[in-house]
Amino acid sequence: MTKKILTCTLLILAMASSAFGAAFKLGGTAPLTGGAAIYGMAAMRGAQIAVDEINAMNIDVKFELNYQDDTHDAEKAVNAYNALKDWGMQISLGSVTSKPCEATAAENFADRIFALTPSASARAVTEGKDNVFQMCFVDPNQGSASAQYIANKNLAKKVAVIWKNDDVYSKGIRDTFIETAPKLGLEIVSETTFADGNDNDFSVQLTDAQKNGAELVFLPMYYQPASLIFAQAKSMGYAPKWFGVDGMDGILTMEGFDKSLAEGVILLTPFNADANDEMTKKFVAEYQKRHGEIPNQFAADGYDCVYAYCQALTQAKAKADMDAEEICKLMIEQFTTMKFNGVTGSNVTWAKNGEVSKDPKGMIIKNGAYVGLD
Amino acid sequence: MIFLNYFISGISLGSIYAIIALGYTMVYGIAKMLNFAHGDVIMVGAYVCFYAVSRYELHPLIGIILAMIVCTFLGIIIERFAYKPLRQAPSLAVLITAIGVSYFLQNTALLLWSSNPKVFPSIIGRGAFKLFEGELSISHVTALTIITCLIIMIVLTLFINKTRLGKAMRACSEDKGAAQLMGINVNATISMTFAIGSGLAAIAGALLCSAYPTLMPTTGALPGIKAFTAAVFGGIGSIPGAFLGGLMLGVIEIFAKAYISSQLSDAVVFAVLIIVLLVKPAGLLGKYTQEKV
Repeated sequence: MTKKILTCTLLILAMASSAFGAAFKLGGTAPLTGGAAIYGMAAMRGAQIAVDEINAMNIDVKFELNYQDDTHDAEKAVNAYNALKDWGMQISLGSVTSKPCEATAAENFADRIFALTPSASARAVTEGKDNVFQMCFVDPNQGSASAQYIANKNLAKKVAVIWKNDDVYSKGIRDTFIETAPKLGLEIVSETTFADGNDNDFSVQLTDAQKNGAELVFLPMYYQPASLIFAQAKSMGYAPKWFGVDGMDGILTMEGFDKSLAEGVILLTPFNADANDEMTKKFVAEYQKRHGEIPNQFAADGYDCVYAYCQALTQAKAKADMDAEEICKLMIEQFTTMKFNGVTGSNVTWAKNGEVSKDPKGMIIKNGAYVGLD
Repeated sequence: MIFLNYFISGISLGSIYAIIALGYTMVYGIAKMLNFAHGDVIMVGAYVCFYAVSRYELHPLIGIILAMIVCTFLGIIIERFAYKPLRQAPSLAVLITAIGVSYFLQNTALLLWSSNPKVFPSIIGRGAFKLFEGELSISHVTALTIITCLIIMIVLTLFINKTRLGKAMRACSEDKGAAQLMGINVNATISMTFAIGSGLAAIAGALLCSAYPTLMPTTGALPGIKAFTAAVFGGIGSIPGAFLGGLMLGVIEIFAKAYISSQLSDAVVFAVLIIVLLVKPAGLLGKYTQEKV
């Protein structure tokens, strides 16, 4: 009798697990602790919302999401990736930040596990790998897109650039900006740098921009040094237009930050939480309900990644019992041919090298909140 | 006028280095060890001050005093558990331990206060004194930092040269064994040195974060290294040397950024350091003592 019950229980368990097993195992690494945790947490939360929404829908594609912490460290990211592989990851969300993603992308390529990273924007992430794709702009494109935006909107003629010369992210954007800007009639009147250990005092950089008459200062950097730049410029009485890129996202969530310092800062990001379309509204409302804050573009990228996967898997008629390599082949086919509409852009397409093509949106900080410019 | 403005920027950066360097140089001068955790004690002091002022809305002065108390105890505890057992060990072991303590403090701070940068409240205000019809400006923070530096420097020098405890400290620094034979409690004297050095770190932390208001667990680490450089530059162990070294390092850094290249500023700073040490191996104001065998 006991045996019978045991077999029954086992049978039920087996059935339950097979029903559960009908979900695609989706894994990713992100900095969930450490200096870059703000990005990792956002991307993971965005992805989780999408997974929950899709799992509640009446469609064949279901997901099981597993995020591992990489603390924005390449070595830890590879360990986290290996843990995900042991767990049985079939498709991957790569890593959230560029440096760790360079490392995990190489593993993805070698293991033939398809990856779509929400936000790792370095060119090296996708370069030479046919199965690694990006949801965000590749760094260099942010530079040229920024120059185009400044020129098209006639924001300024004389531009200063302050960049961080020990950071690939900053340099990548600066390089293409410097290359594109003069062609569009923008004059770069001042170009100065800083580096780790040298990132407290910006008086020289700001004085240089001011004395050369820069009307706009382009800041391809993360928000933390930018917050110091705004404060020091204010105490100098220098008030140019500020133009940032996606790393500027997050400045308003710094504890104790005087939001009036960032008033009028323009940044280029693919996502605008104020947009009026249904999809964005629904996502923003859900994110706010769960986490009590407005999602940034990392959250939106994470959200879009899961929906892009959902679309690709449905179109390819992929089954959750296929192995990673089989799915990888189908995904490469889908992503190079499909068109995707998400919260970070409509008619999004991907090139064969994994780079995304979509239109950036200009945002301006007004009264301590992001407002869309277009 | 721009030259003068750069000079003032340099002084304001340098005064921050100087105030951190004072703590380094004092501990080195007496305990003869490089306390690499000094920068991280500064960070702890800044966090205590941040929480007191921002979260509990205490008066900034109370915040700084609270930070000094916490840091003084922290200094004593670090000395008691990490450095005292190594009193007879080779100096390399103590150096490595100090680096270990530095990482320990950083990572504990990461756990306690998370990595999200916090913006330090403007306890001194962001105002500035304007000179020459506003062409030159010296921020209040800079003025206060320099004055604090001068006061600390004078008080420390007097303390070490005029008081009994100061005499004991000098004796320990010269020869621990002989000092003990003369009835000086060497352990207590060195603990006292750490307590004072860490208390100063709390003041340095509050001033550092008032001038450059982002606060993270790694906030103290890099300024700590720069201040250490400043202390060596001025002659490590010499209190006026730390002040002079700090100011000069700041001015050189800003001038290098402004007139040579913002990319090369650190290279220029350290090149100057190398040249100074080649010409004067003990630093600008350091005493060069020959080791007698």
